[in-house]
Amino acid sequence: MNLRRLRSIVRKEVIQLVRDRRTLVTIISLPIMQLMLYGYLSNDVTHISTAVFDESRTPESRALLSAFANTTYVDLRYYATSFDQVQRLIDGGQAKIGIWVPPDYAQRLRSGRTAQVEVIVDASEPTSARTVIGLAGGVGQALSTQLVVQQAQRLTGTQPNALPVDVRARAWYNPTLDNVNFIVPGVIAIILMFITTFQAVTVIVRERELGTMEQLVVTPITGIELMLGKVIPLVVLGYVQITLTLLLASGWFHMPIKGSLVLLYALSLTFFFSTLGVGTLISTVSKTFQQATQLAQLVLLPSILISGFVYPRESLPRALQVIGGVLPLTYFVIILRGILIKGVGLASLWRQILPMVAIGVAVFAVAIGRFQKRID
Amino acid sequence: MAERRDVAVRADGLTRAFGAFVAVDHVSFVIPRGAVWGFLGPNGAGKSTTIRMLCGILSPTAGQAEVLGFDVTRDPERIKRHIGYMSQRFSLYNDLTVEENLAFYAGVYGLSRDEGRARAAEWIARADLRGRERLLAAALSGGWKQRLAFGCAVLHAPQMVFLDEPTSGVDPVSRREFWDLIGQFAERGVTVMVTTHYMDEAEHCDTLAFIYAGKIIAMGTPDEIKQTEMSGELLEVATPHYAEALEVLAARPEVQDAALFGRTIHVTVADSRTALPALRAALAARGLTVDRITPVPPSLEDAFVSLVERPGGPRQPGGGPEAGRRG
Repeated sequence: MNLRRLRSIVRKEVIQLVRDRRTLVTIISLPIMQLMLYGYLSNDVTHISTAVFDESRTPESRALLSAFANTTYVDLRYYATSFDQVQRLIDGGQAKIGIWVPPDYAQRLRSGRTAQVEVIVDASEPTSARTVIGLAGGVGQALSTQLVVQQAQRLTGTQPNALPVDVRARAWYNPTLDNVNFIVPGVIAIILMFITTFQAVTVIVRERELGTMEQLVVTPITGIELMLGKVIPLVVLGYVQITLTLLLASGWFHMPIKGSLVLLYALSLTFFFSTLGVGTLISTVSKTFQQATQLAQLVLLPSILISGFVYPRESLPRALQVIGGVLPLTYFVIILRGILIKGVGLASLWRQILPMVAIGVAVFAVAIGRFQKRID
Repeated sequence: MAERRDVAVRADGLTRAFGAFVAVDHVSFVIPRGAVWGFLGPNGAGKSTTIRMLCGILSPTAGQAEVLGFDVTRDPERIKRHIGYMSQRFSLYNDLTVEENLAFYAGVYGLSRDEGRARAAEWIARADLRGRERLLAAALSGGWKQRLAFGCAVLHAPQMVFLDEPTSGVDPVSRREFWDLIGQFAERGVTVMVTTHYMDEAEHCDTLAFIYAGKIIAMGTPDEIKQTEMSGELLEVATPHYAEALEVLAARPEVQDAALFGRTIHVTVADSRTALPALRAALAARGLTVDRITPVPPSLEDAFVSLVERPGGPRQPGGGPEAGRRG
């Protein structure tokens, strides 16, 4: 390892990076765009347009409907005069939920019989449908409990001081169940992975396409010097990125930063080693820039899906969980969530840190080995 | 070991195959130190492949070679420290300035910052790049680019430089200036191995080797090649009707070869004294006016055409590996 040679590679890479305005703008705007998109798009489904056909028109039915409205998940936007009208509204997409209260709703309640209410959900979009189905059940339960308690009170004349079973779920770490807190650490990991991998591919393949690689291989520079010289500026770039995204996430989306930033930055380095290693490997097996970017996408896109970033890993088929288990991204997402949202440290995260470091070192070592200074 | 001091390159049966295709086929030659050694041949003949093997970036499939006393397969990294290499693509970084390109290669060859700066300044003056130090390499035209690329390849003062078609795509004035630079290097004892398509450039070389289909088919000084590789004597026929005249001449039994040469025809015959009147008569019989028919000394181009078009294909040179030392 000759420091002079290494330094001249680093200097050259930095000049090229800074001079390439278009790439620089992309690199800076990508995290902003991604965070904005995911941050807002991931917001929970609320205020779903709802059509109501209330045939009961009683205080009881109005209490039911306002119980729905109070959840803020639904907006009682249309009051229909027929069931057909409800159907047309859902068919036309103006409403996603239809609530039908039958004419005998209040009568049945008063006489102590079970009163039926129908909630129709447009399940062509499953996420909101699932929310609404859960919600409808919950509203029904709550109302029923209330009524049963009232009935018991009337019959016995006493006030039951507690419900027999009281299950209280506590949302730890993210008490408001804010999706942003789930998504943003993942977005940070993805942005870092994309930029570092693609830049590694770019700086190596570009050199080969321009013919300058041929020139470099006849110089005394070694493969390790060349690779490190290219990687070091990218690590710095990665740190600029992570800082930028963290600032934006906490400043704009109020994502908490509960844990140690030092730990986070230290672990990011091992993550960079794996992503830069993958980028280098991709560029060694590709002949052209186009091939390399396609291969990079082929590797990166599925890894996003199975890393637990979008879909919880528990929801994945077993095989995909296993594959996800060798992706550094999988561990890095957990680590980021752990440090940022839970505020935990090494003691809780070593199970993720060990495999991530091991995989990162292995990938980087293979990349150095494959990154030969030959052209045949 | 005395030989090591006067031999820059020794190739012995050097061979490189790509699959079934043999790009370089048992090539042997010796380049003395301080020589300007020209490597000629059509595209795909194996010139670049040979150079790449000598630079230690492509491993030979058979045979061996030593450059500056180091074996190309065992010691490629030590060779790289003492050689300069410039490819026809002028491998410069277009998004770096003239100065930055030079500084980069200075650093890559391990020169200190001050040393690199001094040598870069020296080169900028010598290669007439002054005033363009801050220009991006992309903004330079062919000749400037070429001289910058050359500078990047020789800033570390190598003992030997390999130039792979350094003058392709460059205007004639720049080509001339470039050969002056090569001459300056040779005067200082630097060995130069250069490939070219231009026969006028080949005249500048001490020794020439013709490579054809992976084999060296002729080797010697430019004069030797012109004399020994021509199988007959050369007549130059100047006529306004050169198309018809070429047809007539090519059909004559005493003509071994007839080819257009500029606006004249070069005819190879066994004996010019007997052939000259016969050809003149044949042309007159067809009513073609002839300005003159004169014996001329063969040019390198004639020699090359004669070599490649020789009946039965190009023959192997008789010289063997030492042939290159004749000059």
